[in-house]
Amino acid sequence: MPAAGRKILSKLAVVAYVVLLYGFIFLPVLVLVIFSFQDGKLPVPPWRGFTFDWYDALFANRRLMDSLANSAVVALASAAASTALGFLAAYGLARHRLPGGPLIQWLLVLPLFVSYLVIGMGLLLLLRELEISKSLVTVAIGHLVINMPLAFAVIYGQMGDHQAYAERAARDLGARDLVVLWRITIPMLWPAMFAAFALTFTFSWDEFIIAFLLSVFDVTLPVELWSLLRRGLNPQANAAGSLVFTVSIAVLVVALLVFRLNRKKEMQDRVR
Amino acid sequence: MRGPGFNFTPDAADGWFPLRWNLKGWGYVVPALAWTIMFFAAPFLLMACYSLWRFEGGKILPVWTLENYAAFLARPHFNQALVNSLEVTALTVALSVLLAYPLAWILAFKVPRRWQSVALVLAVLPFWTSYLVRSYSWLLVLSDRGVINSALLAAGIVEVPLELAHNRGATVLGFTHFFTMLLTLTIFASLVQINPHYHTAAADLGASRLRIFMRITLPLSLPGVIVGAFLTFVVAIGDFVTPQILGGGTELLMPQAIMLQISRYVNLPMASTMSLILMVVVSMVFFACARWLKVRN
Repeated sequence: MPAAGRKILSKLAVVAYVVLLYGFIFLPVLVLVIFSFQDGKLPVPPWRGFTFDWYDALFANRRLMDSLANSAVVALASAAASTALGFLAAYGLARHRLPGGPLIQWLLVLPLFVSYLVIGMGLLLLLRELEISKSLVTVAIGHLVINMPLAFAVIYGQMGDHQAYAERAARDLGARDLVVLWRITIPMLWPAMFAAFALTFTFSWDEFIIAFLLSVFDVTLPVELWSLLRRGLNPQANAAGSLVFTVSIAVLVVALLVFRLNRKKEMQDRVR
Repeated sequence: MRGPGFNFTPDAADGWFPLRWNLKGWGYVVPALAWTIMFFAAPFLLMACYSLWRFEGGKILPVWTLENYAAFLARPHFNQALVNSLEVTALTVALSVLLAYPLAWILAFKVPRRWQSVALVLAVLPFWTSYLVRSYSWLLVLSDRGVINSALLAAGIVEVPLELAHNRGATVLGFTHFFTMLLTLTIFASLVQINPHYHTAAADLGASRLRIFMRITLPLSLPGVIVGAFLTFVVAIGDFVTPQILGGGTELLMPQAIMLQISRYVNLPMASTMSLILMVVVSMVFFACARWLKVRN
């Protein structure tokens, strides 16, 4: 049975490859999480027993908790602002024929193709020239620069004709522009806006180099994590990393659930 | 016949109220546009100016000169960073594509449909961890007392720990880990778009499975590979964190060299020059990829 033998062999090869690659992908994360519970001073083998001490130390770490709050504020502000500005720009460009429209579109997404380091560097020079001091506000400004193109692209990609017809119908029935925007466009586009918000939130939440260049005393979580990680291997850094991971996964799961619910609702609407 | 009730398309709305509507359209676009000009375009122009200014005795003098660019090209101390960056990035892209393609292919064609999305989400789950933390995690695996060395020592395979961390290999590994996940996503996306009838047709005509892969699957999935490879290139060549945590102290990559100019020497003109050169390199690769995709379509 050479044919059957070859089939089994190829199946084995496939399984082996998948196991190996998933192992590669998950190895560092597993090591990180496991050794955050290490009862000892070093987050590496040998295993010395289980403890929650490092998480306790984490929550008692004032600087880290402050930076966590700072990150949440910066991420919320920049995600909300980039979703709002990105939505308005997408609406303007999708619903109106503007002179130079394609050029504007191109300029709006251009920051996506530039390294964060270069964007941060440019803003650093701008702050220097305008004599603005670094703060969380300047970090939020930087995050808005990298996030707005993303929000714009996500929302613009979801603006189809069917929304335009509904808007047109509402307008024909006498609704004013703002009413159309508020009652028709936004409700129809909210999944895309939510996606843009979730995406930009996680990008800002995770961003390091711009925050590092544009902040001084009050810093965001990644900048505080950086100084923690620079001290070398220590279980508290593991605990902090595991916590950050958990938050990102939670945001992702919520986003996926919302989408699934929304799709279900859309299907039901369609059936009706 | 562009009256109301006839042309029911978005464009018709413009023809209906030409001027007023255009003005309103501008109103929607202006906030985002103003922001981009103020905080993206203006800083960029400023950076171009700085790169042409003189740095002398710790001071920035607004004297126009090309000496920063000349220094970058002439002194290995500077341009070696670009060479290192290009080598590390090229290696990363190649390794990530080689690892990700088979995984994406298996996920697209060998995994049962109902498990597909779960398997895909799992394959990219660590993608969502902070990239600082991801690099640090590799340190736990690779360092002298890390997981691999502990295992090797305990098994008696080596006597002294291997030097796995703090070198170029560790940087490439850290990058490859991250971008394998990204490329799996982009390649998977282009693989599942291939019309399965092509495979059936080719098989009916007697093509072998290898031939089907080489002549149909691979060419049709190349756009996903190129898009993913370009993203990998852009993000990897601009990343400061991974080489700083995992790399060695003996060689610098471009972002590290730029950060060194900013933080240690406060030489903003040189840092601007290097940032612009980095940008030019990225744009060249972008245009090469875009041209390739366009030519194919």
